[in-house]
Amino acid sequence: MFDVIFIGLSLGSILLLVALGLAITYGAMGVINMAHGEMVMVGAYTTVMGGLWLHIGFLASLPLAFVITGLLGWAIERIVVRRLYGRLLDTLLATWGVAILLQQAVRLEFGLSFFGIHIRGLGPGLQNVKVPAWMTGVVSIGGDQVNIYRLFIILVTAALTFVTWLLMFRSDIGIQVRAITRNPRMAAACGIDVQRINALTFAYGSGLAGVAGVMMSGFKTVFPDMGSAMVVDGFMVVVVGGVGSLLGSVLSAGLLGQVNGGVAAVTNDILARAVVFGLVILIIIIKPTGLFSFKGR
Amino acid sequence: MSLNRRSLLKASGIGASTLAMPYFFHRSAAAAEPLRVGVLFSLTGGLSIIEKSLSDATMMAITEINASGGVMGRPIEAVLEDGASDPKTYNEKASKLVIGDKIVTVFGSYTSASRKAVLPVFEKHDAMYFYPTYYEGFECSRNVVYTGAVPNQQLSNFIPWIVKTLGKKKFFIVGSNYIYPREMAKVCKILMKQNGATYVADEYLELGDSEWGSMVNKIKNSGCDAVLSNVVGDSVVAFYREYKNQGLTHETLPICATVTSEIEIAAMGPEYAVGSYTSFPYFMAIDTPRNKAFVQRYRSFVKDPKAVTHHALESSYFQVFLWKQAVEKAGKATADAVREGVRGQEFDSPGGHVTVDPNNLHTYLTPRIAQWQADGQGKIVNAYPHPIEPLPYVAYGETDSNLFCTRNGLDVAKLRKS
Repeated sequence: MFDVIFIGLSLGSILLLVALGLAITYGAMGVINMAHGEMVMVGAYTTVMGGLWLHIGFLASLPLAFVITGLLGWAIERIVVRRLYGRLLDTLLATWGVAILLQQAVRLEFGLSFFGIHIRGLGPGLQNVKVPAWMTGVVSIGGDQVNIYRLFIILVTAALTFVTWLLMFRSDIGIQVRAITRNPRMAAACGIDVQRINALTFAYGSGLAGVAGVMMSGFKTVFPDMGSAMVVDGFMVVVVGGVGSLLGSVLSAGLLGQVNGGVAAVTNDILARAVVFGLVILIIIIKPTGLFSFKGR
Repeated sequence: MSLNRRSLLKASGIGASTLAMPYFFHRSAAAAEPLRVGVLFSLTGGLSIIEKSLSDATMMAITEINASGGVMGRPIEAVLEDGASDPKTYNEKASKLVIGDKIVTVFGSYTSASRKAVLPVFEKHDAMYFYPTYYEGFECSRNVVYTGAVPNQQLSNFIPWIVKTLGKKKFFIVGSNYIYPREMAKVCKILMKQNGATYVADEYLELGDSEWGSMVNKIKNSGCDAVLSNVVGDSVVAFYREYKNQGLTHETLPICATVTSEIEIAAMGPEYAVGSYTSFPYFMAIDTPRNKAFVQRYRSFVKDPKAVTHHALESSYFQVFLWKQAVEKAGKATADAVREGVRGQEFDSPGGHVTVDPNNLHTYLTPRIAQWQADGQGKIVNAYPHPIEPLPYVAYGETDSNLFCTRNGLDVAKLRKS
């Protein structure tokens, strides 16, 4: 019983890890960022490239990936997203285009493969990430064997969620972000630099995706398409949880993870996935705004 | 003004034939007219991970043949197309090659889905398709030459060996949820029964899914003593990692795989696979001068000193030579000539001697079992003494004395009886 709950918890934490950044860019800013999965991919490749070229370890890649994807997110906001605020469908298309650009940049090694130049760590193939030996295997807690890597993911996710909560609810910037979420024009009228705050928020959301990428690279496969499937799961969590609600995202990730793990244990993984999607449809029909939502003014 | 569609067609038809006339005479006059072949693999999309290497191996074989004088003195001209990891695109590109470019022989495909998508094109227009990948069998086309392994060539020595040498009796069969793993599982079950072993579960995970938590937990609690894996693609990496992360080791509970190749081992890191087994006709580690030279040539051809070779890649390479020999035997390169010429054709490939079965156009290959080592290479622990006959319908009771697929096509009556 314990192992089923633990796997459910782990599934939930992985969902939340990817969804956390989306909860901010989509939830707070109203931008459907289709390139979010590619930010995860860039984070994973940061681990690969960092290991190959800078010889830095897995853990040291966490802050590096945060900075790199954060800068990339900041640039995307500056160049693309900024021009499209309030045009939901246009941001969807534009960021989808960005996603394809990023994927192909990695696959074609920034175009260098056309000239016969090969960069180690890029290209269409599968990449290897070295995980520290102490993170593989199991640790015994109270007589139950616990998967160390999954435990680590749960801890990182919990820490990131806490930091995000602090930022959003206990800092000056957080107050400004929440003001913009409720009503950007009124916030601007009160003297908040909406453009600056939006750029920072987008960069932070992307940075979180980069950290998620590092964590994913340690137990999933690193290749250029890896992010596209994750972004679907991420949106699912945010929509079920209620757009703009951090608590909602946390609870919906936990719920979907437990349902997935539980059904998979009783039947099989394929059915579990179907049940999860069925549940998501049901929730959206009954509560179209998600489990937790607030009224915008 | 009476230029309607029909007269326009007629006029252009006459125009085309007059244009073609001098070309026709020219062709018989010039000896070094290139022979055109199609090369159709995914160079973009998810499957390009593997298919790019198959395309490279095909191009390498063509380059080598051209360097040594071509086919009957004629150089090969490859028309390279991109299947884009999408069966529909595969079908369009195959039509373009066969109908548009009038090419008779195409080398291509990795997945069964893409092969099934192009099959109607080749059968309707009677062109030949050379397919280099191990697959599930259950196909008997006079327009395809299959140079990869079929289930009996991967499993018929694997299961008995696991039971007898490793002493394992209870299997957990796991695979990706599509036709190849499911057909492989059928053959596994037949062989397990024959060898006095049983299976405790037969489970599947969606293709491309990499969340193995629940499945590995089930394996852990199932009481099995060996895992037979038909898991495919990028899921393989996540599977082996989760396996170790949940505290399972290959020493006590080995994963015995039919798809895990050098590519996946390199991607997951060999430490996750050390001690596990894979069955394939070809491994990069085959210790012969011919194979070592092949690996060297391939690495310099793709300009990557760390590139790995694997089973489907080797088949992609040698099947071009089989085609060359067939054309030279028949003296021409038409579909009939290639089909009849390739029957019984033999070649010393990097992995050993291969022969095309004169009946079903599949290939005799030598099954081998390798145990993965810390350097990411397989150590060959068992090899069949000779190449064995391909039996694409083995899951339905086909044996070497009772063939379902022959020169005359599939014997449907035998299949119904099974």
